Amino acid sequence: MGEALPRARRSRPPRALLAVGLAIGAATALPVAYLAITVGDSLDQAVDTLWRERTLRLVLRSVGLAGAVTVLAVALALPLAWLTARTDLPGRRAWTVLTLLPLVIPSYIGAYLIVSALGPRGLVQDLLAGPFGVERLPSIYGFPGALLTLVLFTYPLALITIRAAMSRLDPQLEEAARGMGRSGWQTYRSVVLPQLVPAIGASGLLVALYVLHDFGAVSILRFDSFTRVIYTAYGTGSRTSAAALASLLVLVMLAVLWLEGRARGRLAYHRSAPGTARPPATVALGPWRWPALAFCSAVVLLALALPVGVLVYWSLQSVAGSPDWAAIGAGAGNSLIAAGMAAAVAALCALPVALLSVRFPGMASGLAERASYAGYALPGVVVALALVFFGTRVVPVLYQSLAMLVFAWVVLFLPQAIGSTRASLLQVSPRVEEAARAMGRSPLDVLRTVTTPLAASGVMAGAALVFLTAVKELPAALILAPIGFETLSTEIWGATSVGFFERGAVPSLVLLLVSAPPLYLLTARGR
Amino acid sequence: MCKLLPILGMLVAAALSGCGFGADGGPGELTIYSGREQDLVGPLLDRYAKEEGVDIKVRYGTTPEIAATLNEEGDRSPADVFFSQDAGALGSLQAEGRLERLPAAILDRVDSRFRSRQGDWVGISGRARVVAYNRERVKESDLPRSVLGLTAPRWKGKVGWAPTNASFESFVTALRKTQGEGGAERWLRAMKANDTQVYENNVAIRDAVAKGEIEVGLINHYYVAEARAQEGPDYPVDIYEPPGGDPGALVNVAGAAVIAGAEHREAARDFISFLLSRKAQRYFAERTKEYPLAAGVRPEPGLVPLSSIRQPDVDLADLADLQGTVDLLERTGVL
Repeated sequence: MGEALPRARRSRPPRALLAVGLAIGAATALPVAYLAITVGDSLDQAVDTLWRERTLRLVLRSVGLAGAVTVLAVALALPLAWLTARTDLPGRRAWTVLTLLPLVIPSYIGAYLIVSALGPRGLVQDLLAGPFGVERLPSIYGFPGALLTLVLFTYPLALITIRAAMSRLDPQLEEAARGMGRSGWQTYRSVVLPQLVPAIGASGLLVALYVLHDFGAVSILRFDSFTRVIYTAYGTGSRTSAAALASLLVLVMLAVLWLEGRARGRLAYHRSAPGTARPPATVALGPWRWPALAFCSAVVLLALALPVGVLVYWSLQSVAGSPDWAAIGAGAGNSLIAAGMAAAVAALCALPVALLSVRFPGMASGLAERASYAGYALPGVVVALALVFFGTRVVPVLYQSLAMLVFAWVVLFLPQAIGSTRASLLQVSPRVEEAARAMGRSPLDVLRTVTTPLAASGVMAGAALVFLTAVKELPAALILAPIGFETLSTEIWGATSVGFFERGAVPSLVLLLVSAPPLYLLTARGR
Repeated sequence: MCKLLPILGMLVAAALSGCGFGADGGPGELTIYSGREQDLVGPLLDRYAKEEGVDIKVRYGTTPEIAATLNEEGDRSPADVFFSQDAGALGSLQAEGRLERLPAAILDRVDSRFRSRQGDWVGISGRARVVAYNRERVKESDLPRSVLGLTAPRWKGKVGWAPTNASFESFVTALRKTQGEGGAERWLRAMKANDTQVYENNVAIRDAVAKGEIEVGLINHYYVAEARAQEGPDYPVDIYEPPGGDPGALVNVAGAAVIAGAEHREAARDFISFLLSRKAQRYFAERTKEYPLAAGVRPEPGLVPLSSIRQPDVDLADLADLQGTVDLLERTGVL
């Protein structure tokens, strides 16, 4: 463990695997091709857009927000992961689910709820107005509000990966370290933390890129990030400016990927000795369980109880006005079908890409993996419009079909599936595969009967994660879904855009319910 | 994983069978892209479909998103009609050559101020920028003739605006077109220096004026009309339309256009005709308190007639230049 050994042999990947991986990378890089074409059409105007002081400030603001959210989200996720995975925290199972649940709250709903609670004249001001005569709270808009909202609703992304890595840690290493006289803290620093580096890196990457592409929170909280400015540019018909800014965002994303790649290093994380890993020992918290419980409660209260409470309250008001149950039911069905398909396709596509990156690291496999991140860093509207561009020109029969929407979601969220598949593949020793090969199995057979089942938990987790993010996605659903194909997210948008937030509350709660089974899948494997 | 394969196969088959959705249709069909909300225009469109026996398909979205989609689709767009929330988006599509000229029979039903100068789109309903004031605190005769006069010390801290609101931004665009960049910048800076109060949206401004928190607010006319309809004649907020082509009296429109190369061109024109018919125009007047734009249909009682509002000298299509406005608002620190 931890040896910087070149993994097994540096072997060449099988041609078929490489071809599949590169094809997937190319498909997910379509939005970048669209940006190149659009920018190339009027290069002067694009350069003009980028060559401004304002653009530099835009980069700094967006990167600043992404960096701050990532650090805070990981800082929040680390103790939560440890408490729910490795300690005797009372009600551990429940806390596991509760701390992950904010993941299913779309950022546009989260932001709206934050504003209605903490806005200058929100619910909190209302409560303070009586006893303290507070007329106005300081503005929540801009950086502070965007930071708070995004940390609260993205930390579960980090929590999933870090928690999974913690519960898979091989206890023998820690026992060995303790046996050699290291203290608990020394063991943590020298043995546990290094093993978590890939998980922290991968989850930080997911959070950072999520923040870069998010539109809901920054638009409602009025923080001028890339996405918001790109939307404005499209709104004013200057698609070149929009594409130029989006291209710059791709460059920022490449820088983030490079940073994460450096953190990832070239270490091996599987057992090299014979024997199988057993579940790690549980740490007894003792009196520390009270502060631990207080911490978990505070997070769950802010990120889950408060938003859901407001939603339930509004739902009750709206039920009095008899919501359109048939439409909500149809929306739920459509959301399930479309997001379910996206999850399945993404899981299938993630496997070859992750396999290439773990087993056959090199230029070509690196390219396939990196390319798949392109869609994830771009705002949904850019990806959707790129697919409008290619869809109408290359595959008009598929344009505005369900397949197009599913494809868009795969492009947008594939890295989430790759990240978790990759993490679980890293813990499968190549020796097991070599043994199967030595027994005369074909490479494809080994993949099917040995590697995939061993990595199954990661693959399923990836699929679940894609489902959870796709089901709440908005811009691609609005632009690419077949006409009349309403999903829960488009119904919520339809209700809120005319200012009837109460009417959006019931579909929002249904959205949370629909998200429960995949979330359960995500947490169940940690046991 | 292998157990998942048959399921996946079924899902792919389902996806492909769903392809029929976007397929071309025969006569009696119409594909509408609507930047106006389903809640608002849905009932009207359903009525049209039922009365005319047309099979309509409607894609709802935000006006900017739909305009961008139409731009990317180019001449392969499945859309026949675009129903836009504002004139700016129609202007930008016109500039890209994505719209088809409308027949005079349609254009002539609307005052030339509220339709495309080259005849590519037509206004359906109008939204006037107004100075809303609390009549218990201010007399109409005390108000400055123009919004430009709100920089006087008398109004320090007494005026409200909503800089992130799209209608406010259209007004600033009109201000730039009529007063020049320099004039617009001076006014914005002077207003900011005069402690103009910032609100989230038009409703918040209206309610602040009604409560007497501020005396004057820059908003759209229908917010006042709606509140007045609900609260009755005692409602303390009145409307003032600055005369003389003042940018503070800009009338922006929601409008419709036929997409270039539309497959169902006749049906598309017929639909726009319907939007200008008396019953559709009454629907907008009553439902949203917007100004009906078809000649001969009166707005809700209590509103200044459109004919007495002098539109500033701005081509509504120029309101597409939002980027310049956002830049200016940022530079002056208003945004």
